[in-house]
Amino acid sequence: MNDLPPIPLPAEGVDTGSPPAGGSMPLDGPALGRPGGGAMIELKAIRKAFNQGRPNEFWALNGIDLTIEAKKVTAFQGPSGSGKTTLLTIVGCLARPTSGRVRLAEDDISGLPERFLTGIRRSTFGFVFQQFNLVKGLSALENVMLPAFPTGRPHRELRSHAESLLDRLKLAHRREARVEWLSGGEQQRVAIARALVNDPQVLIADEPTANLDTALSREFMGILESLNAEGRTVILTSHDPLVVESAAVHRVVSMRDGQLVEN
Amino acid sequence: MNASIEKQRHLIDFTLASLARRKTKNLGLLLVYTLLVFVLASVSLYTHALRQEAARVLERSPEIILQRMVAGRHDLIPPGYLERIGRIRGVQTIEGRLWGYYYDPVVKANYTFMAPAAEAVRPGTLTVGPAVARSRGLAPGNTISFRAYSGKLFAFTVAGVLPHASELVSADLVLMGEADFRAFFDYPAGHHTDIALSVANPLEVRTVAAKLAAALPDSRPILREEVLRTYASVFDWREGIVLALLSAAIFAFAILAWEKASGLSAEEKREIGILKAIGWETGDVIKMKLWEGGLVSLTAFLAGFVAAYLQVFRLGAPLFEPVLKGWAVLYPRFELVPAIDGLQVATLFFFTVFPYMAAVLVPIWRTAITDPDSAMRS
Repeated sequence: MNDLPPIPLPAEGVDTGSPPAGGSMPLDGPALGRPGGGAMIELKAIRKAFNQGRPNEFWALNGIDLTIEAKKVTAFQGPSGSGKTTLLTIVGCLARPTSGRVRLAEDDISGLPERFLTGIRRSTFGFVFQQFNLVKGLSALENVMLPAFPTGRPHRELRSHAESLLDRLKLAHRREARVEWLSGGEQQRVAIARALVNDPQVLIADEPTANLDTALSREFMGILESLNAEGRTVILTSHDPLVVESAAVHRVVSMRDGQLVEN
Repeated sequence: MNASIEKQRHLIDFTLASLARRKTKNLGLLLVYTLLVFVLASVSLYTHALRQEAARVLERSPEIILQRMVAGRHDLIPPGYLERIGRIRGVQTIEGRLWGYYYDPVVKANYTFMAPAAEAVRPGTLTVGPAVARSRGLAPGNTISFRAYSGKLFAFTVAGVLPHASELVSADLVLMGEADFRAFFDYPAGHHTDIALSVANPLEVRTVAAKLAAALPDSRPILREEVLRTYASVFDWREGIVLALLSAAIFAFAILAWEKASGLSAEEKREIGILKAIGWETGDVIKMKLWEGGLVSLTAFLAGFVAAYLQVFRLGAPLFEPVLKGWAVLYPRFELVPAIDGLQVATLFFFTVFPYMAAVLVPIWRTAITDPDSAMRS
């Protein structure tokens, strides 16, 4: 899969997402520059609590300082409960830290309201979830188009873009099939195509090989490598040696009990 | 195309796909809601049409009708009464009316026989109402005979059939000449059934009625507005009775529909989490569900209302007629003229579509504001 044709990245300032209210906010995805290999995401003293103030209060992250470089593949590894996924949700603007600062391409996004975070999430990040999280009952093509619906992109253009993504991932023949009829590997490729439909700079994958056999896992790493070769930043969590020991991964961040073990 | 319009188009596309994916639930909901609207709209359309009909009938009726009473019962107006009334100021026209009821054993129906003063009906001829013409199969030129209460048989030629414009009043009407009327019913000469008075100024009607009561103590004036009010309250009362009887069923349906509409399955909650995670805003999710609720409730409203309209005005309201019309009050059969009141439609719309939208939106809003990271942990 390393011979995948490249997907052209949008030029700087090209609108791939709807701007948040107030339009002039410099923090929406398209307004973010494409750093040339420097710091993409900076985390400072990140702490995250669940059920705060209740008897079952639990600190999932406990003081994380981390810089994630642009255009590199970074993997978080660690045992279950170490805080990998929580960290990934904070990096991907899916959740806010309880305390600490998150900077995305020099802009502090920790205190932004949900609406702005959604705009950033839509235009800057593409997500591949562990369970793929495809919407059942819809076709592969419809699933791929879903993240672009709120952008108001013309239907014909969006459809042809989604078809080209499926084609690139060798799923053109399955585009009208309902996702529940697809194999695990095919579902994951649909999830990847969906993650790429808004041309994000960063691809986030949570335990991407957890539900795949060795051959499909290798195929996934191949796709990852080609996406990274196009200049996309990739951040993933895994405790699969096939992933963390892969040559495609530039940096492995180990975690335990909500803290970094080594960098 | 404008991005926001394109976005709405995407949302509608997704909504339609979502509705199709949960066919059983949505069809069930649609059915229950359509039924609810159908019942409410039927009752409301029917009673409104009856009220309209009564109002239309009374529009052309005189402001005051004077009846003579003997021992508390309606009796004939003896000669001389018309002249005594003539001197009251404000009274524009006075007319002694001749009318009575006739039971036709052939079709087991009551007719109203009347000798109109305004239009002359040639001796030996009749003008009949549409229902009489229908039930006896009459057309102009036909001959029909009636046996009078005295036992004598009278034969008449049908000169014409009254128009359909207001069947409530004309359906059972049989118009005949004065001489024929008096001969048929053995009506004493110079006597009338009642007296109709028209008063030019509506503000003077009550004053004229008071003067009539004072001048003719054995008579009672009946005002048009009182009759109209009586009709309205009879139909309102009937509408209330029907709704009271149906209320248990309506509530049961409403609760069922509310629960179905407001209950979000685990799958739907999961989907909302996914949509938020991949970049849908809370507002987008709510808009999508708004389209969904709107499509279901509007379809149900339209289908229910159209079905009710057809039931009431095309099929003659077979479901509610016995209670709403009343066999004794409005007999024989007549067809309603379709009448729709904008306010009534708006009220029905408000009480059916809005609760549904609320039922759909409240749980969605609660789910839609949850953190999108739930998708990551599912």
